[in-house]
Amino acid sequence: MIILKLLNMVIALAAAPLLLGIINRTKAVFAGRTGQPLLQLYYDIWKLLRKGAVYSRSTSWIFRVGPVIGLSVALIAAALIPFGGLPAVISFKGDLILFAYLFGLSRFFTVLMAMDTGSSFEGMGASREVTFSTLSEPALLIGLAAIAKYTGYISLSQMFSSLNLSVWLNAGPAFVLVGFAILIVFLTENSRIPIDDPNTHLELTMIHEVMILDHSGPDLAMILYGAAIKMWLLGAILIGIVVPVHSGNALFDISAAMLFMILLAIVIGVIESSMARLKLLHVPQLLIGATTLSILALVLILR
Amino acid sequence: MNNAADTIMIFLVLTNLTLLGLSRLGTCIRIVAVQGVVLGLLPLLLNGWSLELHLVFFSAAIISLKGIVFPWLLTRALRDLKTQREVEPLIGYGTSIALGMVILVICMWLGSRLPLPVAAMSTLIVPVAFFTIMSGLFLIISRKKAVTQVLGYLVMENGIYTFGVALVQKQPVLVELGILLDVFVAVFVMGITMFHINREFDHIDTDQLSRLKV
Repeated sequence: MIILKLLNMVIALAAAPLLLGIINRTKAVFAGRTGQPLLQLYYDIWKLLRKGAVYSRSTSWIFRVGPVIGLSVALIAAALIPFGGLPAVISFKGDLILFAYLFGLSRFFTVLMAMDTGSSFEGMGASREVTFSTLSEPALLIGLAAIAKYTGYISLSQMFSSLNLSVWLNAGPAFVLVGFAILIVFLTENSRIPIDDPNTHLELTMIHEVMILDHSGPDLAMILYGAAIKMWLLGAILIGIVVPVHSGNALFDISAAMLFMILLAIVIGVIESSMARLKLLHVPQLLIGATTLSILALVLILR
Repeated sequence: MNNAADTIMIFLVLTNLTLLGLSRLGTCIRIVAVQGVVLGLLPLLLNGWSLELHLVFFSAAIISLKGIVFPWLLTRALRDLKTQREVEPLIGYGTSIALGMVILVICMWLGSRLPLPVAAMSTLIVPVAFFTIMSGLFLIISRKKAVTQVLGYLVMENGIYTFGVALVQKQPVLVELGILLDVFVAVFVMGITMFHINREFDHIDTDQLSRLKV
């Protein structure tokens, strides 16, 4: 049992940067380019780890402690999420709230370090990040609450292991709604198109990228790796809800989950290639829409 | 739990919420049209796709009126009026959707307190019918343009129709067609009225009509 739990953690930590590689490759294929290697993020992290960090004289200790907190929070969160048929390392009643607010903590420190640099652009990015996450948090929590109500458990591990494909017969409409809500949360939290463009290098339009402009070397590596783990975990939640394959055969379940993760990355790549970034004013509407879908699902399950 | 009927009901809720949060008049008209087509299929579905002549005739009448004739009339009115293509809400889009959710929860509670004398195909029908009526009403009171008020009126009629389908399994076709005819005349008259208001005052902002009395 403990081996399975550790295996879950190892898969999450090892495969997380691959997801971004698949997304970028999908976008490259759509644009007719060859694209960067699938393992580009691994190379980037390795390159950054060997470099030294540059710190501005105007920054304080918050700027240096932020990346460490961000990465450690991502590691703790990785211990909370079950993947495929594999149980999570830590699980207790109500850990889904801890999961949601761990990312709140890391976001808080990202915002603080952005403000710490004193750059006006980073402050702008910080204010946008806070606005959008305020709106995406209820969508995630209410969506998870709907699943919790349906399964009767409030621990992520028990919740996900009690789901299986028959949910589509029993409460299909509610699960479609939760699935869409969490997909929008996934796109928001990982700053993907249509909420934020990860490729942009114009300060006025960036949200997440602008907050880490001043980081370099190992600090930037930690931030990139933490973001990759966050994407993996939210993806694990999404496929755990939408395609809960639990055959009992551990190997089959893991490979099915991996396959769906890759599919999810391709779907994200397709979304990013076929849509433009929304106007900033329209993003809150989209997020309110996601919250509405979650509430509707909860109402349907409560009924 | 009847999944197909439930899905239609949830689709109805989603279209209503979209109408509350949408800013383009043309898209609003198209959404009401889609709503009409789906509702036209509802009586066929509730009777288990038994293709009796009067049911098929009834469905075809509903679909052609709600899905084709009304949207065509409204789109034409919109084009002739040369008005701005925006909804101009008195209550913002985000707030509208939030209020819509509050109304939905109230309707769900109300629906659970009102058991039907006959067993309905889906337990969602009564609350969703209430919600559709309420959101139509909300559209009427919270938007400025005359076109949106006609749309709200159509959504309200859709709600009443859903309620009727829930109550009576086999509709008296004559009664339903009578109601449809009334709505048809109403939309027609409203279209003409809008045209006249627009020609007289160069806009269809009903808010300013209250200032007519000097």
